[in-house]
Amino acid sequence: MNDKAKWDPQAVQGIIASLQHKPGALLPILHGIQNALGYIPPDSVPMIADAIQQTRAEVHGVITFYHHFRLTPPGRIKLEVCRAEACQARGSRDLEFHVKEKLGIDYHQTTLDREFSLEPVYCLGNCACGPTIRVDDDIIGRITPEKFDLLVDELTTTALEIR
Amino acid sequence: MSHKIFIPRDTTTLALGGERVVTAVLKEAQARKLDIEIVRNGSRGISWLEPLIEVETATGRVAYGPVEPHDIAALFDTGFLNGNASHRLSLGDPEEIPYLKKQQRLTFARAGVIDPVSIEDYKAHGGFKGLDKSLTLTGQDIVDEVKASGLRGRGGAAFPTGIKWQTVHDCSADQKYIVCNADEGDSGTFADRLVMEADPLMLIEGMIISGLAVGATQGYIYLRSEYPVAHQVMNEAIANAYASGYLGGDIQGSGKAFNLEVRLGAAAYICGEETSLLESLEGKRGLVRFKPPLPAIEGLFGKPTVVNNVLSLAAVPFIMDKGSKAYADCGMGRSRGTLPFQLAGNLKQGGLVELAFGPTLRELIDDFGGGTESGLPMRAIQVGGPLGAYLPESQWDTPLDYEAFSAIGAVLGHGGIVVFDESVDMTEQARFSMEFCVAESCGKCTPCRIGSTRGVEVIDKIRSGNNVEANLALLDDLCETMIDGSLCAMGSMTPIPVKSAFQYFSEDIALANASSSVQAEAK
Repeated sequence: MNDKAKWDPQAVQGIIASLQHKPGALLPILHGIQNALGYIPPDSVPMIADAIQQTRAEVHGVITFYHHFRLTPPGRIKLEVCRAEACQARGSRDLEFHVKEKLGIDYHQTTLDREFSLEPVYCLGNCACGPTIRVDDDIIGRITPEKFDLLVDELTTTALEIR
Repeated sequence: MSHKIFIPRDTTTLALGGERVVTAVLKEAQARKLDIEIVRNGSRGISWLEPLIEVETATGRVAYGPVEPHDIAALFDTGFLNGNASHRLSLGDPEEIPYLKKQQRLTFARAGVIDPVSIEDYKAHGGFKGLDKSLTLTGQDIVDEVKASGLRGRGGAAFPTGIKWQTVHDCSADQKYIVCNADEGDSGTFADRLVMEADPLMLIEGMIISGLAVGATQGYIYLRSEYPVAHQVMNEAIANAYASGYLGGDIQGSGKAFNLEVRLGAAAYICGEETSLLESLEGKRGLVRFKPPLPAIEGLFGKPTVVNNVLSLAAVPFIMDKGSKAYADCGMGRSRGTLPFQLAGNLKQGGLVELAFGPTLRELIDDFGGGTESGLPMRAIQVGGPLGAYLPESQWDTPLDYEAFSAIGAVLGHGGIVVFDESVDMTEQARFSMEFCVAESCGKCTPCRIGSTRGVEVIDKIRSGNNVEANLALLDDLCETMIDGSLCAMGSMTPIPVKSAFQYFSEDIALANASSSVQAEAK
């Protein structure tokens, strides 16, 4: 399991306190929590709402509006595949099909071993050298199904070494 | 003597293994006991040659690319540190590479040349001259200069920047804001990203000047979370600008203040629309606002706000330094200055091409694109992002100019050009446009929210040969409703790619029908 995914109310309170003074603080707070924990624990919603004097419904509404934020813990590795037109023109439709088959999951799902969470993304700005994927904060271009398989092997082997 | 080597840190270079090239260079230099200095510059935008590395020699820079880690030992062997041209990856003087030489670079003149976060480098290449001059002028003088340049917003709507600034300038308020729209969500566009990764101080300078012009002391860059590298570089540049007194309470001892912060979006295409963006900056769902009031009058937190695209603000330092005339002398008709075209999709030589407005689409693709990556003939070109038209070959002679594009029912938008080869299924592309609108509609108005869902369904029926004529008529009707009834460009422009796909590539309907009946029989 991802160490990041442990729910720690004190850490969340600290993040909220450090950002709540900003004008329009909600997005920075949500980013802060998700960066630290990998997701926004539903139990943190009342704490955020209280700090910025909004209703829980308002905070929940903001979290669910944006594709980036999630209310459930992700797998160890967050994988995003670009679905936008420039990547489509360079073969991303085949790649998407292959990625889903290889991982055995669809978009917005996490593999049973909790290694990978798969999300679509609409443009990573690498439009001349696609198809492009993002692995956590690393962006990787000119991905073919073969290169994707190698990458998955590499990522899962490293995980075993860490353990 | 230390050898200086430039290896970009921009997204594309990193996406193609740039970091491994850095490691290989360091390792090889260490093994050979050579003293080297690696500068992490931005990209010149020649994406197809990345990782493009350059070495500084007595006679100027020499480029090599595309470089892979296993090339490094041989590069050292052939004396690339001294600019030896015998290696097969040698490209000679980077400025002489035809792809770059044929461009007219105003905004991107420093891209790939300098260390993007170095104040000294920026100043040594003409940086902050526009600001120095602006500090001696009144706000109205600056607004007048920008008006005279003919600069129009580069976000797509092409509204004259000077007029927008004048409105904010004329408002009286205790606080005004400069908001930079760096939510470049259009597929096929990466010019904003290149500015932020290759020359972020230019954007910072443009925003400070904008603040001086209208009397705003706080700026926000609303940056999409899909650009982690730009986020990092932008923040480093801002920190350096504060440290050297270009940002803060007393800009270069002038007594004038400007503060700047990057705010991260959270993956919502609609937040590239200026009123959604403002809602998002205020910490809300990115729902589109009704206009009026204009953001220039009641914008961020209800205060007068300049909302400009990255490229519009990045053009300002040049205008203030070299004068409005130097800028206006480029271009055609009412489209003044240059536009960074972004060649993307199925092309051998994709990248950023900055030119004055006016060349035709075909000229641009022929002169720079190098043919398709797949080797198959080109079939459709989508210009202006996911809300732009798919153009068939008969329209590739249209000049790249706002008015000329508008005359054929297309949009130039942010200058993104995505090439598809003949393997493309255009009814599938039309379906994707509707599907994208389903995923990204803010939901505020019905034509966009419901219309896009119904659009996917109708296109599915057409593709499967179900009552094709009647469903085509229904799709047409639905598109008209979306165009006329939507609150913003998301709903009112989604029909542009959809209609163009069915209008110019109607033969694909029969192909989709045939393939669906084959599938039906197989079941």
